[in-house]
Amino acid sequence: MELIGLFVSLTFVNNVVLSKFYAICPLMGLSKKPQNALNMGLAVTFVIFVASIVTYFIYYYVLVPLEITYLDLITFILVIASLVQFVEMFLKKTSPEIYKSMGVYLPLITTNCAVLGVALDNISAGYTLIEAAVAGLAVPIGFAIVIYVFATIRERLDIADVPESFEGAPIALITAGIMACAIMGIAGIV
Amino acid sequence: MKKFDIFKKGIFAENPIFVLQLGLCSALAITTSLTNAVGMGIAVICVLIMSNTIISLLRKIIPNEIRIPVYIVIIATLVKCVQMIMNAYTPELYDSLGVSIPLIVVNCIILGRAEAFASKNGVLDSILDALGMGVGYLFAVLVISFVRQLIGTGGISLYNPLDATQVIFNIELFPDYAIGIFTQSAGAFIALGCILAFIQYLKVRKAKKASVK
Repeated sequence: MELIGLFVSLTFVNNVVLSKFYAICPLMGLSKKPQNALNMGLAVTFVIFVASIVTYFIYYYVLVPLEITYLDLITFILVIASLVQFVEMFLKKTSPEIYKSMGVYLPLITTNCAVLGVALDNISAGYTLIEAAVAGLAVPIGFAIVIYVFATIRERLDIADVPESFEGAPIALITAGIMACAIMGIAGIV
Repeated sequence: MKKFDIFKKGIFAENPIFVLQLGLCSALAITTSLTNAVGMGIAVICVLIMSNTIISLLRKIIPNEIRIPVYIVIIATLVKCVQMIMNAYTPELYDSLGVSIPLIVVNCIILGRAEAFASKNGVLDSILDALGMGVGYLFAVLVISFVRQLIGTGGISLYNPLDATQVIFNIELFPDYAIGIFTQSAGAFIALGCILAFIQYLKVRKAKKASVK
């Protein structure tokens, strides 16, 4: 039951994109076509899920016994970079079309704040392995939902008559702000 | 004069937040008060100058194929140093910035400048570039946090980032009419959106004036 609460809380109420501002760069850059946004969401889900489990083991079974926890940032970022490289090679081999459409945003998953953010949050919140795995699934699903919804809204914005000064990034940010208001509305459920 | 241009472009023409729109994550997360913005801005300037210097010095040794992992490891080391120093000397600031400090590692500005500038230019130019970009970042987060704090709490206050009990100034203008949402996440998006729209408005007006002439 607690795990379900944690899942809902991280997916919707404390959605990382809209309440902690992780992963704003792919949100602004990639979310113009819903299909691309969905692919991105899947790739990020895989990376975050595996990264949160691997970093958990590395932190508690390597860094803590050796008393070198100050190396956490460096080891975590290397784990994430290798995972992203793996996803890139996998996609290049299996579906070159998706690989092409995601372009530079695929290697940039390494510098997606959400991945490192989840790994660090898992440690600082003192989660157990199961909780870390749930967090590693809930956060990217929340990210995927937001980026997909955002992409569908932006498709409509493209044909809308936006004031000249607000075209592009400003109106996108204000849309995100209104989405954050909507998320705040369900804050009481968990 | 040319050296000064390298410094200047980071502040206005290529401002990392307002123009290049890099590193928006941290710019939105920490701009709840002027004090946080000053602390974060200084942390970013320190990391940026050191990373640009080191990468510029090593640019001929680092093999081209693995340059990105090398840059990331260098940046992660520097960020960890800054994090530990802040934890030791400015504990209040460290607590209020929270996870934003380790997340400087994945801040696009740092890696972006390493890749776009420090890997191709000499040490002095790279330091100037880092200084310009860092000051540009500081300027941008100060503007955003000023707007958010003023509307969100109805006043402006700045504490000494090194010692949270020391008040530099604290002005309350209209605390009864504050719009609380601006200190929360939704307000951050809306505030930055409006600031970017204002900058775009200035640009469009300038372009129109130029075309009339």
